[in-house]
Amino acid sequence: MHAMLRAHLRLARKDFTLAVDLNLPGRGVSALFGQSGSGKTTILRCLAGLEQADAAFIEVDGEVWQDSTRGHFLAPHRRSIGYVFQEASLFAHLDVRANLTFGWRRIARAQRKVDLEHACALLGIAHLLDRRPATLSGGEAQRVGIARALLMNPSVILMDEPFAALDALTRLKMHELVLSLWREHAPAVLLVTHDVDEAIALADRVLVLDKGRIAAEERIDLERPRAPDARFQIIRRRLLGHLGVESVPAHGEGHLVAFPTGEVVL
Amino acid sequence: MLDQQDGAAGQFYAQINNGAPFDVFLAADDTTPAKLDQEKATVPGSRFTYAIGTLALWSPTPGYVDAEGKVLERGDFKHLAIANPKTAPYGLAATEVLDKLGLTQATLGKRVEGQNITQAYQFVSTGNAELGFVALSQIYKDGALQKGSAWVVPAELHTPIRQDAVILKKGQDNPAARAFMDYLKGPKAAQVIKSYGYDI
Amino acid sequence: MPLDASDLGAIWLTVKLASLTTLILLVIGTPIAWWLARTPSWLRGPIGALVALPLVLPPTVIGFYLLIALGPHGWIGQATQALGLGTVVFSFTGLVIGSVVYSLPFVVQPLQNAFSAIGQRPLEVAATLRAGPWDRFVHVVLPLARPGFVTAGILGFAHTVGEFGVVLMIGGNIPNATRVVSVQIFDHVESMAYPQAHWLAGVMLVFSFLVLLVLYAGRRHHGSWS
Repeated sequence: MHAMLRAHLRLARKDFTLAVDLNLPGRGVSALFGQSGSGKTTILRCLAGLEQADAAFIEVDGEVWQDSTRGHFLAPHRRSIGYVFQEASLFAHLDVRANLTFGWRRIARAQRKVDLEHACALLGIAHLLDRRPATLSGGEAQRVGIARALLMNPSVILMDEPFAALDALTRLKMHELVLSLWREHAPAVLLVTHDVDEAIALADRVLVLDKGRIAAEERIDLERPRAPDARFQIIRRRLLGHLGVESVPAHGEGHLVAFPTGEVVL
Repeated sequence: MLDQQDGAAGQFYAQINNGAPFDVFLAADDTTPAKLDQEKATVPGSRFTYAIGTLALWSPTPGYVDAEGKVLERGDFKHLAIANPKTAPYGLAATEVLDKLGLTQATLGKRVEGQNITQAYQFVSTGNAELGFVALSQIYKDGALQKGSAWVVPAELHTPIRQDAVILKKGQDNPAARAFMDYLKGPKAAQVIKSYGYDI
Repeated sequence: MPLDASDLGAIWLTVKLASLTTLILLVIGTPIAWWLARTPSWLRGPIGALVALPLVLPPTVIGFYLLIALGPHGWIGQATQALGLGTVVFSFTGLVIGSVVYSLPFVVQPLQNAFSAIGQRPLEVAATLRAGPWDRFVHVVLPLARPGFVTAGILGFAHTVGEFGVVLMIGGNIPNATRVVSVQIFDHVESMAYPQAHWLAGVMLVFSFLVLLVLYAGRRHHGSWS
């Protein structure tokens, strides 16, 4: 596999040291899965250049974005990324249209592969173009956020728990939406999530992050759409197992999940 | 027991008229006490001139101002400080002197006005004005010039700067007020007043 | 109307002084406020306190120290003399300098608050959307901080119109150069010309109220307050 994105990151944190090596292909969705506080967001922010790791090497598409051994650091605005934040973070002083075109205007004409109409059609937001961000629902705002990142035609799309702040139903709808989106556009996506089911549903490969290190990497070879069938459950158990979480299917309802400190029925 | 408050005549006038608790008023002019007399805010007959002010042209630089004030005619200075002629008698006197010497036009562009004689003095002492018309009492002590150079302006060149004292209505039954006024009229007070360059 | 030429001259001078001072303060205050809002440096405390000093110092104290600093023996005065400008005391330039010092916190603090309120996120978003530092400032910070700029402008202007103590110390009461409205009114009161004092004060009151009314009513329409 030719790695489009290669990164080695080291960052000292309060409880642990973040030390990861990433190799992402040029297409497909990689999910970074782990508990809160495991450093997932930090990795994303370091890739974007919003945070500085203690030691870092980042190369994307042959371009070196960062090399701490040479003191080289490419500023975030020069990196070809699309970033989707957890809370859409649209500009309050601009309407939806201006929000969408903010970044799009700033990339060279030759680089603009997606146009505004197309992105709006894909995300179903054409009717929102003249609205102000404050008037949008969480799901609508996030769709705008995703469209905004897509319009950048970036080398890699970084998504930081993009659906965590949405209600369960909206979240499911968003899953459908991004799956159809990626079917058509298939960029390289690095999705950060603490939801194991979301990771399995959406990603081609799942990287399990535990206390600052990548504990395991699993390819997900199931065809989409992915129903929570037996194979799904096996992968699920394996992924959780890497984090020391035992998931035991019980007869009747629910799963009995054994944590190192005790047992809980889900 | 004497409590003293310093300020400008015009301000005190407004305050007295609005019930300020003063017994005796020592002004730097004669018009303000006269006005108070007219408005019956004083004890009739208690008003008298306790000092006559002397004007001086002064600079903190020794040798800058000659003893006849010819430096004014030469005019090679940027700023001449005076007190505001509309509100301070020393300022009015200064403009009269300049008029008498025929130098009003020549010095108009160089005049800077302090709100009162104290501020005029400040302008000169900080060097912002090379020279200015101040009260002799500001630069005289024990009968001699404290520092710098000055021209003591002859009294004929301007209307006398009479400074009047008067007992206010509030102090009419206060024996201390009367005692103080008597002291002011006496020889000891006269000595002190003269030593600061005032006339009686 | 009992307002004579010298009264009108004082009004015009005051408007000129307040406008010029506000303009200068918005220009120099913006980088100062930006730095204060964002810097992690320990200098933030001392510099912030220094900027806030004119809020607590009596104007006559500021004026007195300016009188010395701008005078021939003071450090600013020596600089202006070296530049061939003489001393700026008793001049409109001197008043502008005095007003800039006196009204500094009234412009810097609303700006600083507005910049702080923006937070980190919008700037990070803009960076991921290919906006460089200057681009981010112009297209994200300035629009989001606009209510702060309006407040800073209003306060700076109004505060300078009301300036008295500082002008008294370094002005010299020169017609059309340093005789501003506040001093003119004071003069009328001191020389007991009360009708003129009433008229001039009344005009300034009405003028100020109208200016503030227009500006505050206008702010409402923009929806966001600072």
